[in-house]
Amino acid sequence: MSDDGNLTAKQRLKIPPVPMPEQPADVRRANIREVPLGYTPDQAVAEAERCLMCKKPVCIQGCPVEVDIPHFIRLVRERRFHEAALVVKQTNVLPAVCGRVCPQEDQCQQVCTVTKSHKDIHRSVKIGNLERFVADWDLEHHPDIEVPDVRKTGRRVAIVGSGPAGLTAAGDLARMGHDVTVFEALHRPGGVLVYGIPEFRLPKAIVDREVDNLRRLGVRIVCNVAIGKSRTLEDLFREGYEAVFVGTGAGLPIFKKIPGENLLGVYSANEYLTRANLMDAYNFPHASDTPIIRGHNVVTFGGGNVAMDAARTALRLGAETSTILYRRSEKEMPARLDEIAHAKEEGVVLRMLQDAIEILGDEDGWVTGVRCLRMALGEPDASGRRRPVPIEGSEFVIPADVVVVAIGNGPNPLVPKTSPEIRTNKWGNIVADPRTGKTSMRGVWAGGDIVLGAATVILAMGEGRKAARSIDEYLRTGVWEESPAAEAAPAPA
Amino acid sequence: MAAILTNDNIAPAVFRMVVVAPEVARSRRAGQFVIVRPGPGGERIPLTIADADPERGTITLIYQVVGKTTAVMSLMDPGAEIADVAGPLGQPTHVERFGRVACVGGGIGIAPLYPIAQAMKAAGNDVTAVLGARTRDLLILEPEMRAVVDRVVVVTDDGSYGAKGFVTDALRGLIDSGERPDLVVAIGPTIMMKMVSLLTKEAGVRTLVSLNTIMVDGTGMCGGCRVTVGGQVKFVCVDGPEFDGHQVDFDEMMKRLRTYRRQEAESYEAFRTRHRCRLMERNAEARG
Repeated sequence: MSDDGNLTAKQRLKIPPVPMPEQPADVRRANIREVPLGYTPDQAVAEAERCLMCKKPVCIQGCPVEVDIPHFIRLVRERRFHEAALVVKQTNVLPAVCGRVCPQEDQCQQVCTVTKSHKDIHRSVKIGNLERFVADWDLEHHPDIEVPDVRKTGRRVAIVGSGPAGLTAAGDLARMGHDVTVFEALHRPGGVLVYGIPEFRLPKAIVDREVDNLRRLGVRIVCNVAIGKSRTLEDLFREGYEAVFVGTGAGLPIFKKIPGENLLGVYSANEYLTRANLMDAYNFPHASDTPIIRGHNVVTFGGGNVAMDAARTALRLGAETSTILYRRSEKEMPARLDEIAHAKEEGVVLRMLQDAIEILGDEDGWVTGVRCLRMALGEPDASGRRRPVPIEGSEFVIPADVVVVAIGNGPNPLVPKTSPEIRTNKWGNIVADPRTGKTSMRGVWAGGDIVLGAATVILAMGEGRKAARSIDEYLRTGVWEESPAAEAAPAPA
Repeated sequence: MAAILTNDNIAPAVFRMVVVAPEVARSRRAGQFVIVRPGPGGERIPLTIADADPERGTITLIYQVVGKTTAVMSLMDPGAEIADVAGPLGQPTHVERFGRVACVGGGIGIAPLYPIAQAMKAAGNDVTAVLGARTRDLLILEPEMRAVVDRVVVVTDDGSYGAKGFVTDALRGLIDSGERPDLVVAIGPTIMMKMVSLLTKEAGVRTLVSLNTIMVDGTGMCGGCRVTVGGQVKFVCVDGPEFDGHQVDFDEMMKRLRTYRRQEAESYEAFRTRHRCRLMERNAEARG
């Protein structure tokens, strides 16, 4: 650690974290506007003062796209916000998105020296908040991105899916001079950023601006085309595309396969969130024609970010109670700490170590309740988390008129189904070389949740970036070498 | 954006719209559908493709006004644009030479049946179309059907045209006549498909039905269209829309179709109050 400016490391460690201003819980649960309001410049500078500028910045290794964190924080400290934004953008093409939705507490902020010194994740340097600040500041003050003056190669690349992986790959390839077209099945680009993540966590306007920036780079975005249905990958090659990146995500909803899941008022999280977000059912029947059932007592199954999003959406749709049912304990929940905290503040009830075994309904088929079992934690399972074990005779029923199943998503099957040359694993994920993203089909790369299973925005972006580099190399050299990594798993140590 | 070439009223509250959608026109096959979103703030609804002209790059959609979205569509003029047309989606009909095929259509279900009847005929089948409607005015595509199949049997609930009765009566006659079909394809109101399937199950005639459930994305992402087929949950949008009629849980499907009945009525009523005159002028008032 080095002393920096006029404060010692010891003094910096004493500065308390600057909290992000937020809409009060009782206000925000009645609107869909964003919950955290963002730092002011003074708040950002004050938070930036907490960084120790470590000589060995472990935070960078904690970041999947290796943002030069101390460098941009130093620039914030010096109020050189535009330069700070440029540093972030060197490696992160969607900083306004990542500042909001990255699980920083499992990444940069977890390994942050300040966290370690206090042995408290809540005392970390708020890297995510600072990233969001510089990204927002830059969007406001420098809305027009600089279009790099690169030589156009005239090589055509198709990107299938406009989520974080596809947008990142598209942006990188366009900057390399390639002619990029993005195909999106829905009517609006953004993938999970627009259909899944709610407005109160990621305003759609931010996604739209990122997409506009790609258009300025020359990327063509074509909506309403489901590759794998109206056109196959083979068709794309026939049309003159030389490389294809598949970033179709984990869009296949998984149900619990318990009795009652087809009752009226039972939703997959995908459907519930798509109606609310993409289709704007919040504003039915005025500005939107898409209805949604506004339950009084909404019960959500699951413990991830999607479950939190659904439970908080329910409150904004007027639910009197919104309950999360999770079969492990809060410690095992995969959701971001911030999301769990926000949900609790807004009044979401977390029922831990409880699992649904049946959804109950009335004679017209409407949901009336959920039959549950209490669980205890047993031995760790394959995921390393302690396995929940049902407690005999602990059954009980909670009332519900809407149930949202948010226990995960499987890979989107449309592309592998129609291009059998692409190898998939037993779960249906596309098998891709972890270093390059190359699939078993020549000229086709894949990345993001379609490869990883349901993961995070930032990991998907990292995959898009990696594939873009490999695609560029292929287009320049014409060499498609079978990578050994895709053929054989690494030998056990 | 998909430009509307024509949007004609062909029966009370039933319209035939021809829109420019070259990619769909080129790649669609019998049995597939599109998702349509008429404009900003609009709902995404599935509509089966009644016909297509790959040379002109157009597709034909036949829809009945049943709520706000279809009412909005009925008031769109040629030259206007549909904001979004996505497709073709769903699995195409499995067409081969089965022998004798009975294509049974009720009401608006005759529209999606038409390309299937056409494809079945082209594959060398002997095709009988059994067309049903509540009353003569509501019978659609009869001449078009006559032009492509071997024979047409018409029934109306009130006897105003063809024989009086239901499609099941005519189908029973066909099965009993000794000209027993090897395959029945039935498309129409859910209750009609249920009754046809009950009849053919008893008679041991293989039956395909095409389900028109609630959908949002139409690509397998939301699961809103799920139905139970042979005890398994299936997504109509990607696994269907056609299924073995003897395996479908129609009662569950009919319940699920009622999910948004109250919201849909509210939304349609508000629209109708504002546009009653134009809807009446266009013969677009939903019935019932």
